[in-house]
Amino acid sequence: MLRQIEGSRAVAESVALCRPEVICAYPITPQTHIVEGLGEMVKSGQLKGCDFINVESEFAALSVAIGSSAAGARSYTATASQGLLYMAEAVYNASGLGLPIVMTIGNRAIGAPINIWNDHSDSMSMRDAGWLQLHAETNQEAADLHIQAFKLAEELSLPVMVCMDGFILTHAYERVDVPTQQQVDAFLPPFAPRQVLDPAAPLSIGAMVGPEAFMEVRYLDHQKQSQALELIPELSREFRDAFGRDSGGLLRGYRATDADTLVVAMGSVNGTIQETVDQLRAEGMKIGSVSLCSYRPFPAEALRRALGCASEIVVVEKCVAVGMGGILSMEIRNALSGLPLTVSTVVAGLGGRAITQKALRAVFQRAQFGQLQPLTFLGLNENVVSRELERQRDRRHSGPPAENILRDLRSPVCP
Amino acid sequence: MPVTELKFYQTGTFTIGNRLLGEEDRAGQSAANRANSLNCGHRACQGCGEALGARYAIDAAIRASKGQLVVANATGCLEVFSTPYPESSWQIAWMHSLFGNAAAVATGIAAAMKVKGRNDVRVLAQGGDGGTTDIGFACLSGMFERNDDVLYVCYDNEGYMNTGVQRSSATPPAARTATTPAMGVEPGNRFGQGKSIPLIAMAHQIPFVATASVANLRDLEDKIERATLMRGARYVHVHVPCPLGWGSEPSDTIKVARLAVETGLFPLFEAEFGALSGHTAIRRRVPVEDYLRLQKRFAHLFRPVVDVARIAHIQAIADHNIERFDLLN
Amino acid sequence: MQKPFATTLDPGSSLTNHTGTWRTERPVYVDRLPPCNNACAAGENIQGWLYDAEGGDYRRAWGTLVVENPMPAIMGRICYHPCESSCNRGQLDTAVNIHAVERFLGDEAIRQGWAFEAAPSNGEHVLIIGSGPSGLSAAYHLRRLGHRVTLCEAQPALGGMMRYAIPKYRLPRNILDAEIDRIVAMGVHIRLNTRIDDPVSEMKQSGCDAVYLAVGAQLAQRAYIPAGDAKRILDALSLLRAMEGDEPPRLGRRVLVYGGGNTALDAARTAKRLGATEAIVVYRRTREVMPAHDSEVREAEDEGVQFRWLSTIKKEEGTTFTVEKMKLDEKGFPQPTGELETIDADALVLALGQNVDLEFLKDIEGLGIEKGSVVVDSQMMTGSPGVFAGGDMVPSERSATTSIGHGKKAARHIDGWLRGKAWAPPARHPLASFDRLNTWYYSDAPKSVQPVLDEARRLSTFDEVSSGLDPSTALFEARRCLSCGNCFECDNCYGVCPDNAVIKLGAGSRFKFNYEYCKGCGLCAAECPCGAIEMIQEQA
Repeated sequence: MLRQIEGSRAVAESVALCRPEVICAYPITPQTHIVEGLGEMVKSGQLKGCDFINVESEFAALSVAIGSSAAGARSYTATASQGLLYMAEAVYNASGLGLPIVMTIGNRAIGAPINIWNDHSDSMSMRDAGWLQLHAETNQEAADLHIQAFKLAEELSLPVMVCMDGFILTHAYERVDVPTQQQVDAFLPPFAPRQVLDPAAPLSIGAMVGPEAFMEVRYLDHQKQSQALELIPELSREFRDAFGRDSGGLLRGYRATDADTLVVAMGSVNGTIQETVDQLRAEGMKIGSVSLCSYRPFPAEALRRALGCASEIVVVEKCVAVGMGGILSMEIRNALSGLPLTVSTVVAGLGGRAITQKALRAVFQRAQFGQLQPLTFLGLNENVVSRELERQRDRRHSGPPAENILRDLRSPVCP
Repeated sequence: MPVTELKFYQTGTFTIGNRLLGEEDRAGQSAANRANSLNCGHRACQGCGEALGARYAIDAAIRASKGQLVVANATGCLEVFSTPYPESSWQIAWMHSLFGNAAAVATGIAAAMKVKGRNDVRVLAQGGDGGTTDIGFACLSGMFERNDDVLYVCYDNEGYMNTGVQRSSATPPAARTATTPAMGVEPGNRFGQGKSIPLIAMAHQIPFVATASVANLRDLEDKIERATLMRGARYVHVHVPCPLGWGSEPSDTIKVARLAVETGLFPLFEAEFGALSGHTAIRRRVPVEDYLRLQKRFAHLFRPVVDVARIAHIQAIADHNIERFDLLN
Repeated sequence: MQKPFATTLDPGSSLTNHTGTWRTERPVYVDRLPPCNNACAAGENIQGWLYDAEGGDYRRAWGTLVVENPMPAIMGRICYHPCESSCNRGQLDTAVNIHAVERFLGDEAIRQGWAFEAAPSNGEHVLIIGSGPSGLSAAYHLRRLGHRVTLCEAQPALGGMMRYAIPKYRLPRNILDAEIDRIVAMGVHIRLNTRIDDPVSEMKQSGCDAVYLAVGAQLAQRAYIPAGDAKRILDALSLLRAMEGDEPPRLGRRVLVYGGGNTALDAARTAKRLGATEAIVVYRRTREVMPAHDSEVREAEDEGVQFRWLSTIKKEEGTTFTVEKMKLDEKGFPQPTGELETIDADALVLALGQNVDLEFLKDIEGLGIEKGSVVVDSQMMTGSPGVFAGGDMVPSERSATTSIGHGKKAARHIDGWLRGKAWAPPARHPLASFDRLNTWYYSDAPKSVQPVLDEARRLSTFDEVSSGLDPSTALFEARRCLSCGNCFECDNCYGVCPDNAVIKLGAGSRFKFNYEYCKGCGLCAAECPCGAIEMIQEQA
């Protein structure tokens, strides 16, 4: 049914249709509306057979989900930013134990400085934690990905993060087609755990593994993620057959087949990128874009096929590996190694900084002519930065630069 | 003609079993078919109090739950010595996740059992004092506060033994650990620190809180069995000597635990919904010195000279417990 | 279900890890000699029959008891129970009231009519001279061993000193008769009123292959006391023996008893019962060094017997007895002070000890005599082959219990001698000393008070002073036994092993160690209440 609803509500309803049995909730902006919605549905009786638990921290939230999942219950939680870091240990643990938990990440920057707005630093920090990470481009996709995520997680016995941009998606009201219960039931079978805590068939789950087998355990995890590279497109096709729309998959190209310049990005920014592509196409530039849905597993082969015919690759990413540069772009460079093309990194939208078509357009045009620096911080206030750098050169200073920058921004001498 | 009333059997109730007692009057551990939930072949040190306490407690819980038990285990000695790949000593449905989340994992298991209608299954979480009083405290408190249907059992050996004997918030004053060395003006762990999780648990007004000791098996089994059959959040804190960390003889594990009780340093009591509801009286009161002398972690209290003041301070702690919990009656 | 590799493990799979290899010391179950057994002159397996009694199976307990001693009802009354003095429980609260349980079992056997098993007669024929505790014991054990026994007694009834020296208030005669009859019923040939003057000839004439001499020490030791009226002076043995006759002796209102042994007290207490208003024991030393047993002294005091310590009787003139005060020298010997007093009394009973009548032994070739006693070797045999002797005749402590022990020991050696295969006593286990116990596990259980007849009744009759335990108090008392040194299946080792390395074999079968997993921590040994586990060094 088509409805104009908030992204968080769409996700909450979608998750509810998946018949989760245990939901752990801890508030953190911007995912809070999702668990609020689910809590309401459990309380009202709309969502039956589900235990909704208000826990004391994100660490507890995921830990409770670990317990419930190991005991055979379909388990869900959501978090963001600091919360994800606070549960980091449990994030690794859930995947190490092969528990098919689905967790929504309302992507948000990580402090300090504390910041509630969107970028991808949080989920990126957990990129090696062994979870599958799927990025939603729209609220419709965010809703749909959760339905696929449970199926994916349970088929592989691996946890899945569904990443959606904080505020941009979580708090945006859009038209979303919320499927019916029958549709979801037909697509998603009840959870049949690979192993379960059952007094009748005791097992010891979570052994200590030493050097003699640890490597093998990790290798098998890696193999399992590789299996996901086949399963994700399969589920996406299956989803299209059942629900009549494209959602998910490893990646999606937009006007990409004949492009010389290809832009790669994850999440909602693809919408802006596609509009910019349309503009530039209208002006005759052979440009296209690729929206990467599956960040983990990283679809290197698919990216090589999708990007290999272009000469300029611009990776727009909402995070930065401080001291190194782009993360996604580095991985893409690695995937494309040996091909005659250039990969440039555009770090954009950190801490919720707006990514405008104008700025993108300028960057893409520079790329077209090979003038784009290997690493660009999109929309960086050069003045503020250079003044601060200058000040730091003058005297060694320990203390947060953010205070100085704020002062400069308010100061009349600053342009 | 008056005859002294027949009061006790040959060994009273202090031994584990006795051929003269009916099965119902023996400790559960005397049964030839006891669960042995923690099986032979585990890698605990010789005379490990925690291995003993864990088998006592889990066997009792198994008995009370008629085998319908699932256990979540915090990281620590117990976890490491029981489940190093490729062998597990547990004969029960058991799970280990992390150091600080056993209570939360158990909450999750209990939630799963609830939604699946498995009301017959009891959920137990267990960990050492580090995993309970320190790193796992937030999850524990959360579990208590929500009154989740979990029995949490802490095996308190008064320090981080698995990592090489470091101080925890359960380490007693004066005790030498790797991080509270026996040197300087105040050798060993400082006085006036630490916390009592049983009392904190009581402050959560949960249905049941109790302390127990490996030196008093019947008391321990009784508390675990009753706690297993209750609903809501329950907490049992079991004192388990660590020969390695305490510097006591492996053969003295139970003796040391017994002296902790008999000195008053480890009071045995229980509480319901935040109010004290019972205690186990001291049978033969002894001075703390008897307890301290058996442990190398307190050796600096006796050599090169007897540290009368600090021993008196520890005695005062014991005396305070005795008064507070009315342990002589 | 395909469980994940390595991180999920099968339950109980650690059985493949044999932690027994860590061990440097191993526990072993041992049996130690309980101090009560060690102290019993009759060689009773006290702990053994208490063990049976603890379970309430008195028939079985009695059966275990009489393997060593056929007269528990008697022994439970007259033995001075050194077992209780050495009982480890005495260091905990009070000793187990062993003699009371023994007496209970003996009385129960009489009440229930339990009999000894008829023994096959497949051996030789043994002559026993004297039917006191030693002779009866030897007769019983020889019958059990299959030998024919002829028992000669000079007196008209069996029992020796038990009948003729122990007052009825300590040993009722129905009890004495019942236990003797049970022995006789095993097929012992009895010849009463038969004094043997030449044992070896008698042995040959009656077709016997060995003889056991057990006539005791029946000659009262005299002291020279210048006396004006010798009829006022008599010896304790005569007094006590006369109590078995029809006419009780007349002693008068005030009676002196001279001596410090149990017999002196028996005489004094008997005198009180015969109507003396005062019975005064005169003894040359002090109460502390008096040979009489403390319980006897206490009972005598309770009954009003008086004592004059550090006193000797110098002479008698009519009813006036002159007494000299003594004092102890540095070595504890009494020395005269020259200080004299007089006491008026109607009679003086001498209780100064007994000697062995050696007259009838003079013709036995090779039989040695030393210091008034018959010399025997370690097998209770005199220098004359086939002639054995025991009881008060041979050098040892003179008590009914020792005599019973001698009878048993002699019977076993006689059997070995007759069968040409010397009997070797089984090796003794090391002693189960108190320090090996973990007494924490024993409850604090006070000794049940033996009900006693009230004073008034005690003094006017010869009824038994102490009454027995009833079944519940007997059970309670038996269960106070600590089972020193021997497993009583308390399950502690089984329970306290952190490695589940103790295997419970089931009721009566005790336990065994599973050395595959035992790490040798020693907790089982430390927490064994009765010290029945020992840690021994592992060999490389």
